[in-house]
Amino acid sequence: MNLYKNIRNDKLAALSFSVILVIVAAGLFAPLFAPHDPNEVQMELRYASPSWGYLLGNDHLGRCILSRLIYGIRPSVLWVFVALVISVVLGGGLGLIAGYFRGKTDAVIMRICDVMLSFPGYVMSLAVIGILGAGLTNVLIAFVLMKWAWFARVIRTSVLQYAESDYIKFSKALGFGNFRIIVKQLLPVSLPDIAVTSSSAFGAMILQISGFSFLGLGIEAPHAEWGMMLNEAREVMFTRPELMLAPGLAIVVIVTAVNFLSDGLQVALDPKLIVSKPKLQRQEIPSAVERKGEEVA
Amino acid sequence: MRKNILEVSHLRVWDEATGNVLVRDSSFQVRPGSCLSIVGESGSGKSVTCRAVMRLNKSGIRQSGDIRFDGVELGRLSEKEMRNIRGKQICMILQHGMSAFDPSRPIGVHVAETLARHYGWSKSEITAKAKSAMESVRLKDPIGVLHKYPHQLSGGMLQRIMIALALMLEPDLIIADEPTTALDTVSQFEVVEQLMALRERIGCAMLFVSHDLGVVGKLADDILVMKEGEIVERGSAEVLFSNARHAYTRELVSAKRVLHEHFTKVMGGVDLADR
Amino acid sequence: MVTYIVKRILLSVPLLLVISFLTFGLNHLSPLDPVEVVLHAQGVPKITEELIAETKASLGLNRPFAVRYFDWLAACLQLDFGNSYVTGKPVWSLLGPAFLNTLKLTLVSVIAIIVFSIVLGVLCALREGKALDKSVRGISFFLTSMPSYWLAALMIWYFSVKLDLLPTSGMDSAQSYILPVAVLVISYAGIYFRIVRSSMLSNLNEDYVLYARACGLPEGKITARILRNSMQVAVSVFCMAVPIILGSTVVVENVFAWPGLGTLTVNSILSRDFPMIQAYVLVLAVAFVLFNTLSDLINAALNPKLRREP
Repeated sequence: MNLYKNIRNDKLAALSFSVILVIVAAGLFAPLFAPHDPNEVQMELRYASPSWGYLLGNDHLGRCILSRLIYGIRPSVLWVFVALVISVVLGGGLGLIAGYFRGKTDAVIMRICDVMLSFPGYVMSLAVIGILGAGLTNVLIAFVLMKWAWFARVIRTSVLQYAESDYIKFSKALGFGNFRIIVKQLLPVSLPDIAVTSSSAFGAMILQISGFSFLGLGIEAPHAEWGMMLNEAREVMFTRPELMLAPGLAIVVIVTAVNFLSDGLQVALDPKLIVSKPKLQRQEIPSAVERKGEEVA
Repeated sequence: MRKNILEVSHLRVWDEATGNVLVRDSSFQVRPGSCLSIVGESGSGKSVTCRAVMRLNKSGIRQSGDIRFDGVELGRLSEKEMRNIRGKQICMILQHGMSAFDPSRPIGVHVAETLARHYGWSKSEITAKAKSAMESVRLKDPIGVLHKYPHQLSGGMLQRIMIALALMLEPDLIIADEPTTALDTVSQFEVVEQLMALRERIGCAMLFVSHDLGVVGKLADDILVMKEGEIVERGSAEVLFSNARHAYTRELVSAKRVLHEHFTKVMGGVDLADR
Repeated sequence: MVTYIVKRILLSVPLLLVISFLTFGLNHLSPLDPVEVVLHAQGVPKITEELIAETKASLGLNRPFAVRYFDWLAACLQLDFGNSYVTGKPVWSLLGPAFLNTLKLTLVSVIAIIVFSIVLGVLCALREGKALDKSVRGISFFLTSMPSYWLAALMIWYFSVKLDLLPTSGMDSAQSYILPVAVLVISYAGIYFRIVRSSMLSNLNEDYVLYARACGLPEGKITARILRNSMQVAVSVFCMAVPIILGSTVVVENVFAWPGLGTLTVNSILSRDFPMIQAYVLVLAVAFVLFNTLSDLINAALNPKLRREP
């Protein structure tokens, strides 16, 4: 596997990938990793400094910050990932269909995308949350509604270049069904583009969704979420600024890791980027690059 | 015997990032007023050699060896001195006329800026000279053309504008990097004709790069054949065409023979072919 | 050119209509009955069937959908977005001043973003791969991974609390702009810096640069040409930065208690004040479309290919 090898050679991407794996595992098995119940209120431990029992200290209700941080992975990372997957599947599916069938289907889907994209994303999600009411589920719905059109457009563009290629025409001539061609041939070649697009959107989504929780529009009160924890910490920002540190750093770490991995993916999937050669050179040896491209596909 | 106008010895060009050697140990000379043609397929190091002479390869591309122009070692010159030579003494003609001019300015701007830079002529002088130079490369409505943007002109016209500019700059050496490759046959004919006329008029030497032996046959006195960064064969045009020693050259010559004959027919003029 | 402008402006009209329709229709997607929302918002203690019918009539909610849409649209064109469910005041009397405040913050930030990204983008492109380029890119990569509200809070803590140099919140003086603008610049300049840099780099590799050098033109002039051509891409992107930042100040406004659109909207969402949300969405969507049109027009003015052949 070329991709796997490339990623492994890129130390930064490999490190980022392991960080993400650890965080995801910690989130999935939060009850095993968290030393305490994240919602257990102990007023006598309010604002307690870090101790052996409570490694990161306690918050304004005496809850264990480390445990809340670990449980917070679920809404802050895992649920965001679910929303990402749903919008990629939805948008990617429509993008594939639009790019493959062209013509009227394409026109209709793209006009809908145009309208969706004519709203600035942030405003759109605020509108949806405004209509449906605050809450994590609604925030995630708002994001799916907002992002699918974007994925659809990006993936359509990427599919277009393959849809006209000879082997797709060949398959059509052989009388394969449209569905089969899309799933068996178009989907695999556009996967790299889908992977790069969605991974680069992931970091921004984590930031934005925690932002909504920070504004009080996201997750409901007792549940732990990183943006929410920052919102709670803000109340006592002047007296206990250290409470801002842990959840903020957690967001920075995961988003940086995601962004580095996304960069690494892009390089691994696009051999042209590995060595940035001057344009002319590349033009003169296109065959080598193309051949490599096919191997990855 | 007169001194050579360009003497390249042990030129080596390599990519710093990858360590790829693009040109290995290449030496050649150009006599004043003569035309040396470098022939070879894409990626054989022809363009890189041209740019090495101009010292215009990309920043990641390094070069070593001696390049003497008119007795002056170019590698020793400061960037400023080099700029004075570029255009004025060594003039370049590129392959893609379409992309050679600033897409968002009329082409007259580039012509005026270049002439003002080297000769300090006034606006009216520049217009008058440009008009006559462009007429002599058979461009109709020269003033109108000067006010056009690159995308409004054809590749052949832009190629001839570059030739007209060279005509006005009166350099000692012209480096033409595949000037006919991107053109259709008729435009190719016009451009080759103008290049020949240009040499006659200002008596300059020429370094002519192409992979089209038909065109090379029209222009070259001497020929270098390059393959994968190495000079595999050299000699005068007549000898090389009739009696190629290296297998690669023979392959090139025979592959191009059919095209060459066709080209001769298109060029038509016995006077040109037997010059 | 004139035909192009007219065509482009006419093209945005149907889009604006669709947007207005969607914005109006949004209300009807809500799981809640607007009448009940109004009554709750006004703090009516006991909701009776009669009261609901009465309120419905007074809000004009019992007329057909199409009639209400066109009435609403006509009113919107005169900046009459109805009354807030919560305060009962006209929406525009609240939204207008807030919009102005957000616009001020946005414009100052966008100008700062443009200056930073052009200066850094050009410098880094001209020194591609050198120390400056690498460090600026590294830092910008890191900064874009930071939540802006966290950054804002850290800056308040350091500059306002620890050093006591700048106001923590509000918009009382020119100094109040410094922190919010800084946060917006840090969060967004990275994106635009990268666009300027890559656009410069792709132009640097163009043949016209090689030819200009081969003609012996001075580097300053060549850089000016590259800049001019790269700006063609960048200008339209910068133009779109205005509506994008306009819609993204929400978080920053919230942290700095900036009396703008974001703060107003978050409060409206929490109290389910539909006319306010509707007006907010409409105003920003219109701004988005207008700036999109404007950026296309600027692009056409800069790009000779579009100028001559509309």
